[in-house]
Amino acid sequence: MIRTLLTVLGKEFMETVRDRRSLLSSLVLTPLFGPLLFAGGLSLSMNRAITSLDDAIPLAVAGADHAPNLVHFLRQRGFTLTLQDADDAGLRAWIAEDVERVVLVVPEAFGTQLAAGEPARLQLYADASNSRAERYARRTEQALQEWSSILASLRLQARGISPLVVQPLVVDQVDLSTPTTRSTLVLGMLSYLIVLATLLGGMYLAIDATAGERERGSLESLLTLPVPRAHLIYGKVLASALFMTIALVLVIITSSQAITYIPLEEIGMSANFGPAIALGVFVSMLPFTLLGAALLTVVASFTRSYKEAQTWLGAVLVVPTLPILVAGLLDVKAAPGLMLIPSMSQHLLIQGLLRGEPLSAAFLAVSGLSTLTLGVLLTLLAGWLYQRERILG
Amino acid sequence: MIEVENLGKSFGEVAAVQDVSFKAGTGRITGLLGPNGAGKSTTLRILYTVLRPDRGRALVDGIDVVRDPLGARRRIGVLTHSAGSYRQLTARENIRFFGRLHGMGGPTLERRIDELVSKLEMAPFADRRTAGFSQGQKIKVALARALVHSPAIVLLDEPTNGLDVMATRALRELIRELRAEGHCVLFSSHVMQEVAALCDEVVIIDRGRVAASGTPAALQDRFGGTSLEETFVQVLGDQEGLA
Repeated sequence: MIRTLLTVLGKEFMETVRDRRSLLSSLVLTPLFGPLLFAGGLSLSMNRAITSLDDAIPLAVAGADHAPNLVHFLRQRGFTLTLQDADDAGLRAWIAEDVERVVLVVPEAFGTQLAAGEPARLQLYADASNSRAERYARRTEQALQEWSSILASLRLQARGISPLVVQPLVVDQVDLSTPTTRSTLVLGMLSYLIVLATLLGGMYLAIDATAGERERGSLESLLTLPVPRAHLIYGKVLASALFMTIALVLVIITSSQAITYIPLEEIGMSANFGPAIALGVFVSMLPFTLLGAALLTVVASFTRSYKEAQTWLGAVLVVPTLPILVAGLLDVKAAPGLMLIPSMSQHLLIQGLLRGEPLSAAFLAVSGLSTLTLGVLLTLLAGWLYQRERILG
Repeated sequence: MIEVENLGKSFGEVAAVQDVSFKAGTGRITGLLGPNGAGKSTTLRILYTVLRPDRGRALVDGIDVVRDPLGARRRIGVLTHSAGSYRQLTARENIRFFGRLHGMGGPTLERRIDELVSKLEMAPFADRRTAGFSQGQKIKVALARALVHSPAIVLLDEPTNGLDVMATRALRELIRELRAEGHCVLFSSHVMQEVAALCDEVVIIDRGRVAASGTPAALQDRFGGTSLEETFVQVLGDQEGLA
């Protein structure tokens, strides 16, 4: 049996390694470019968020002459002001021209209202459906509120009343999140990527070894050999698992490298993905390769052609990623019971590792054993499926 | 030696093989002749154990193919209908893979592969990947891997399908050589000239039953035809099953 397994494993391995296209899609595209795209996209959006904090906010002011002090205050607060007088229709047309424009309108009555101690009215024109304009408008409003409370304090002091009288409550927020726990939210996507890349690594081999072999007409000859059919299919499952392991190693290496390019520190986060963590992730994920390979092989066995197998397996890839999605949405915490659920348990273990928590040996054992058990059962099912006459198609 | 007794096999409503019995002797070439869909392939597939019969039994060298499929498979070499090979492996690697699964290995296997490569005149393409091989080259790879373990019994399902004249002649020569070496050769065909030119024994199958069997000469005598083709038409003549 061992000899048959190794012979089939060696042949499947050789065939896949020599097929450049399937090698490219199973080992290069997702494991290599997945983390790079992930890190690239993340750092791009972070850079944007970081720089926008310090950005000068462009703001147009209509009727600036009616509020020279306010205009001075806004300039001090770092706003880039454009003085632009127009009526309501003119302003609307002007904003329609460039939806990112935000205009503050100071009516003629502003000065008199302010002097009389009445609420002085201002108008802020912005297209809130544009995210940038919405942000500019919010920042403008914050600045105006600030100016408003300064005025209020000054008025109270002028009447001999402490401004503290109108401030009965002060809330101080104490943020207990460490940089590492905060980054877990961002890095939660990473375990999803690792599981997906691992599965994709063995998908082509699983299809080729079953539906592909049938389509090319080599399956029938193979079944005339004096070895039990089940042993042939076990060899194919192992070959697929081997490729998943290679994809796993690649995706862990690229992920740990790619993470260093994300500017996590700049937003007060830190990533913990050194060699020890990488090894932990590998050990947590290893039993999953057998389960993934057996699952894909079982599904591919039901399909009639390569194309049909590709369609089905594409859909099946979603199944192991569902528990991860659920765990992410409900913010599930690691628990012994959850370690029984494959892919959920791997996700939780990886999350813990990235968060810098020590790897629980008990959790690892429960996760590994339950995943392996299901993997072996599915492998046996694949072997049983190949006993049927219908497997010839 | 192949013995087939009252074989029957249905796929749902379709009775592919209804009642087939024949013997194919050692050192002889036996041809299964019949129109398309007569049940030739199904009979062969039962013999090489990928299908199980509903009724009757089939023995190869006295081994029941249902009771001991592994034992039966050790004694047979099979050229299946669609004899695809592994495109990313060379011809030699394809043969080696089959040899290993037959339990062979080491210098014995390599010597046997060399032997087959020269016997089937595969030297020019033996170390090339089989993707892009011509039909004739593909058949040679499939034949070599079927013969790698020197089986006593050789089963060929429409071996000359898609071959040109020269390749067909070469294949016939090879089948004669196999007979000379003492193999029991059973092949299926719907081409009468081929069967007439090669076979010691002919089994004519129609609609899942044996319509007639015997040596080509005996069949001609019995049905009074001047050639095997005429005999074939006469045997099947009054039936509309001729496709």
